[in-house]
Amino acid sequence: MKNNKFFWLLSLMLVLSVFLAACGKDDAATPAPNGDDDKEPATEVDEAQVLNLIMSAEIPTMDSALVTDSVGFDLLNNVNEGLYRLNDENVAVPAIAESEPTVSEDGLVYTFTIRDSKWSDGSPVTAGDFEFAWKRAMNPDTASEYGPYMMGGVVKNATAISEGKAEYTELGVKAVDEKTLEVTLEKQVPYFLSLMSFGTFLPQNEAFVTEKGADYATNSDNLISNGPFVLEAWDGTGLSWQLVKNDQYWDAETVKLTEINYDVVKETATAVNLYTTGEKDRTALSGEYAMQYAADADLVTELETTLFYFKYNQQRDGKDTPLANVNIREAITKGFNKQDLVDVVLANGSVPANYLVPKAFSFNEAGEDFRDINGEMSEFNAEEAKAAWEKGLSELGVTEVTLEILGGDTELSKKMDEYFKSQLEGNLEGLKITLKEVPFAVRLDLDTAQNYDIQVAGWGPDFQDPYTFMNLWLTDGGNNKMSYSNPKFDELVNSSVGELAMDPEARWDAMAQAEKLLIEEDFGIGPIYQRGTMSLVKPYVKGVVTHSFGGDYSYKWAYIEGK
Amino acid sequence: MTKYIVKRVFYMFITLFLIATATFFLMKTLPGSPISSAPKLTSTQLAVVEAKYGLDQPLPVQYGKYMLNLAQGDLGNSFQFKGASVTDLILSRLGPSFLLGSQGLILGLAIGIILGMISALRQNTIWDFGSTFIAILGISIPSFVFATFLQYWLAVKWGLFPVALWNDGWMSSVLPSIALAMGPLAVGSRFIRTEMIEVLSSDYITLAKSKGANGFEVAFKHAFRNALIPLVTVLGPLAAGLLTGSLVIEQIFAIPGIGEQFVKAIMVSDFSIIMGTTLFFSVFLVFVILVVDILYGVIDPRIRLSGGES
Repeated sequence: MKNNKFFWLLSLMLVLSVFLAACGKDDAATPAPNGDDDKEPATEVDEAQVLNLIMSAEIPTMDSALVTDSVGFDLLNNVNEGLYRLNDENVAVPAIAESEPTVSEDGLVYTFTIRDSKWSDGSPVTAGDFEFAWKRAMNPDTASEYGPYMMGGVVKNATAISEGKAEYTELGVKAVDEKTLEVTLEKQVPYFLSLMSFGTFLPQNEAFVTEKGADYATNSDNLISNGPFVLEAWDGTGLSWQLVKNDQYWDAETVKLTEINYDVVKETATAVNLYTTGEKDRTALSGEYAMQYAADADLVTELETTLFYFKYNQQRDGKDTPLANVNIREAITKGFNKQDLVDVVLANGSVPANYLVPKAFSFNEAGEDFRDINGEMSEFNAEEAKAAWEKGLSELGVTEVTLEILGGDTELSKKMDEYFKSQLEGNLEGLKITLKEVPFAVRLDLDTAQNYDIQVAGWGPDFQDPYTFMNLWLTDGGNNKMSYSNPKFDELVNSSVGELAMDPEARWDAMAQAEKLLIEEDFGIGPIYQRGTMSLVKPYVKGVVTHSFGGDYSYKWAYIEGK
Repeated sequence: MTKYIVKRVFYMFITLFLIATATFFLMKTLPGSPISSAPKLTSTQLAVVEAKYGLDQPLPVQYGKYMLNLAQGDLGNSFQFKGASVTDLILSRLGPSFLLGSQGLILGLAIGIILGMISALRQNTIWDFGSTFIAILGISIPSFVFATFLQYWLAVKWGLFPVALWNDGWMSSVLPSIALAMGPLAVGSRFIRTEMIEVLSSDYITLAKSKGANGFEVAFKHAFRNALIPLVTVLGPLAAGLLTGSLVIEQIFAIPGIGEQFVKAIMVSDFSIIMGTTLFFSVFLVFVILVVDILYGVIDPRIRLSGGES
């Protein structure tokens, strides 16, 4: 009898497992973006316009008012379209705006005409959709992070609204009629049109958003698009989804890809295996994989516009740190070999940075790179570093200094920190470096409390203008958190968005002077490197545009040829 | 039996209550918060967000509200997936983890038991050494090494199974299940071997043999059943661990499972998901322990359940 019970239980477990296996098959078969049915035609028909991609993380949200991460911005850039879009040469050009806007004489009122275009449900895109979306991003109830950040000091009343001094309905954006959008600015903003391609300024269909309520943009059923693609098969938290060509898109003729299949893969080894077997068309390489594939014919190296630097905290617990001394800051800035760091430690296509505004990021009207004005500054120089160090020590009246480097807890961060320690201690006699490696959230807390000596920090741009890097170091600036202050620097940077706002040449010059002041005279921060990426990309993938800010890639012009 | 189960279920609730309380307060001691990784929020917006998630309330109030919601089956919303319900997230991630875990467990135990029996019955032969060698491999080599090996050879080189991802139906589950099976295989084989050798040398086996029972009868009818008891003891935690997801295996095979999500939630201080998954794991573990206790009685009638005495 007991025997029977035991075998009955075993049988039950087996039946359950078979049942679960069957369920698993059904569940998994539903999205099946890469299922055999889809794959076979791709190999038979030479020019099937299907792209198979890997993402490094899930999509937290597709609500343009709430999005803050690179995955969200990247997808929004492909499923939606704002007044402007970055074109295949990374220049912001009119998109849902029919043409360039008319600008009032004082440069404060921009009037856009909305082109004939539709949402994926067939309803027209109107000026009201922009007014609704922007005001929704400023509504405190929406709790948008980027809304107040991107609009503050730009769109009229945005700062007052985020400080609770005005109602969000008072934001300076108004749909005059269905086709006319009037935007009033707080002050002249020379980079305003470049902002119009950024995710936070995308339109939202009021009727649809209102109907969906809290469910809006939480999965692909609760989302509509006005861009080149439509998001499908996204359940809100899953690891796979699909972009399908949007036939309602006003410029659908340009879009060649019919389908883009995404899967989240977090292990580089797995991603490389998927690439090798031909299941995926592109994969990013990290760490040792970058070195391993350095000579591969499919390798593509790109320079990002993200810059990493030392933040030198000049005041801790209300007292000056040794870093309040400019010579100590100079010594550390010049005291480590950046070329070896990028070649040996990073080995991912990054380049040494001896500047604040990245290379190949912002250009003047003649197309010249901002970087060409100041060139390289404060490069590695062990002798100059030593001289500055000794001068600094004597000014402080000490022979030894202990400083803490605050860094991340990833393998790469730890390797870098060790490198900094050995280089700086080796080149600067009397310096002792202690390392503090913490998770990102903790680092932000310590930064806010200004509880560190030296911090390894990074910044990526939010719009295509040097100002996005320069304003970080204004006295009491939101990201300053290191007690750097130089009235001359403030004056120069503020003038670039003040009296010089409409004089491109003079403002370019002012920002260049400010950069020189910060990096070469004050050593306010110590630039380290400009990040690069290495990826394997199948040679038949053509026309993908990599962007320097906002969404990482555009697939509007992408196609498959010669597969 | 019924009285015993009712009593155990009552204790289960007490245990879960204590776990929920301890996790809640421990979690609040974690550095950072779900919104500390939002550096661009202005102070006004920060206050709004804190109020929205109730983070501005004193800790006892937050605790009270959480427990009240929990009693109503509401685990709250995720911070990282804006607007996603934690219950939905757990349910959607559970299927793959459970499928892989159950397949790995059954496969591992089945092979492990067979190997263990062969080892015991053919002690000190090449069969014994072979089986022991496999068990040692299973114990000493981490599952992610097996996973990488299986992925490279069976998927990349020979193309027998999908490399990774969860889109090829049941085939997607084969390699991760085999990788997961190595643990239970090793444990099962080791326990069965040790116990069978001990049982086979006991008096009642000698008696059975003297009564004329053949080798098969002795091995399966008499020895195997008693050798199962220690295995059942470790089965509970083993099953709970496997069925609720393996972070590394899920990550290597890019499977949308719960283990992978749990660790990510801790990294980004997603309080709701940390609480939800911890509670879910706890419910599962105490349930499995109960099932294991009941199994004891089924396997060995000497273990009595009534009155909670065992």
